[in-house]
Amino acid sequence: MPPFRLAHQGKTCSDSPRSHARLRAVALVFLLSAALSSCSGIQSALDPAGPEAEDVATLFYVMLVGGAAIWVGVVGTLFYATRVRREPHSERTAGWVILLCGAVGPVFILGALLTYAVWLLPNMRPWTAPGEEGGLRQIEVTGEQFWWRVRYLDASGGVLLETANEIIMPVGERVLFSLNAPDVIHSFWIPSLGGKMDVIPGRINRIALEASKAGVYRGVCAEFCGASHALMAFTVEVLEAEAFDAWLQQRLAADGSSGADGLGLFLRHGCGACHTIAGTQADGKIGPNLTALGARGSIAAGTLPNTQDNIARFIRSPGEIKPGVHMPSFAMLPEGDVETIAAYLKGLE
Amino acid sequence: MKRLLPAEVETLWTLFTAPVVWAGHFVICYVAVAIYCEKALVWDVDFDHVRLALGLFTLLALAMIVLSAYLAWRQWGFGSGEPPHSGPTDRDRRRFQGFATLLLSGLSFVAVFYTAIPLIFIAGCHL
Ligand code: HEC
Ligand SMILES: [Cu+2]
Repeated sequence: MPPFRLAHQGKTCSDSPRSHARLRAVALVFLLSAALSSCSGIQSALDPAGPEAEDVATLFYVMLVGGAAIWVGVVGTLFYATRVRREPHSERTAGWVILLCGAVGPVFILGALLTYAVWLLPNMRPWTAPGEEGGLRQIEVTGEQFWWRVRYLDASGGVLLETANEIIMPVGERVLFSLNAPDVIHSFWIPSLGGKMDVIPGRINRIALEASKAGVYRGVCAEFCGASHALMAFTVEVLEAEAFDAWLQQRLAADGSSGADGLGLFLRHGCGACHTIAGTQADGKIGPNLTALGARGSIAAGTLPNTQDNIARFIRSPGEIKPGVHMPSFAMLPEGDVETIAAYLKGLE
Repeated sequence: MKRLLPAEVETLWTLFTAPVVWAGHFVICYVAVAIYCEKALVWDVDFDHVRLALGLFTLLALAMIVLSAYLAWRQWGFGSGEPPHSGPTDRDRRRFQGFATLLLSGLSFVAVFYTAIPLIFIAGCHL
């Protein structure tokens, strides 16, 4: 193999142990900072904001310690065999080592880890029997290609309001999500709040989650579902109870009928065939509900920051932003029209 | 006791007894719980009864594996010779098979036990 050459230094790596060490140090710092920075934030299972996620994090650390202990044992044995004692042991000793370290030890270690994980399971995935769910707030989430339809249900199971790619929930209250999909499999995952749950066509999967800390988190699709699978995220906003009620009232009252120019163009160009805006004639069901779109943190399922420019960009060429998207391009509209529609949509609250 | 035990036979099939018990136990546990959880609302059976029944079934499976292990031990000559039993003789062939069967019984015992651990902690269906 030709020695790896560092272009700017003009000398080979293999003949300089110092640059070797420096490279390794840089790589280590890089890896460590990457690892540590992923431990906190809006989308980390290791920065839990709910009881289920806390159990997931605990399980991770316990398994990490268990795995590290096994690793130290294996590498220690290797070190012993190659550096400390180089002559062979008697066959009798070897037989005992194989029996104890190769069979009995692993049976107990794996048994203990398995028992611990299964013992944690009921907490990580609390179940609600049908009938018990009556008291819980219910949100129906549909995995579409490539966005999330979110419907808040009332006590009798009717749809209270529909939104998309955002879940607003109250802090300290368990919420029951019922998950379904019309065509392909997705997986619903809010790492800060709990484990993931598959979203499977033809069946309703349920997962009950509770947030113990107010804040903004990020959820993702965790099962490959097509070209824009990686661009299928959503925002989770956990509010204090009063703030949540205020949000709910505001959303129920949301009305898109002002802003006549933008609305007129929106309807004239056929957007209403796929999109609904409360308080207007637009009542399409194919795409995301755009009521109060301006109040959301991002557009196109967590793909772009929610600015007027980005909305206009998305309307003009959605397929360039999200490959395989199920919205046609509107690049043929007159320039000013797209801007007017984008301003109208950004103004919806 | 001696007369209750089956006589020693020369066949390769005894080698598979314990793994077959393991496979049967695994399938029956999973299928039983899957069917129960699908029918839980229709049938009027408590999940604890299912757990108990599968627990008893687990004990039965473990007992069968212990029996298979005992027979294997006998075939091995109760450990009178050291492995690897690689000589080209009838005796070594029997000993070798007995030893292999004994090891497989040990593996199957642990596997059946692991399969049953969730019965201790999982107390209901996740609907
Ligand atoms: C054939 C149906 C269809 C038509 C017509 C359509 N859209 Fe869409 N639209 C969609 C779909 C599907 C999505 C979701 C894309 C994704 O994120 O995967 C979408 C997403 C959007 C979004 C982002 C929504 C969000 O939740 O972030 C905006 C904004 C939007 N469309 C505006 C428009 C406008 C304006 C028009 C008319 C010029 C229009 N759409 C016409 C189907 C349609
Ligand atoms: Cu998806």
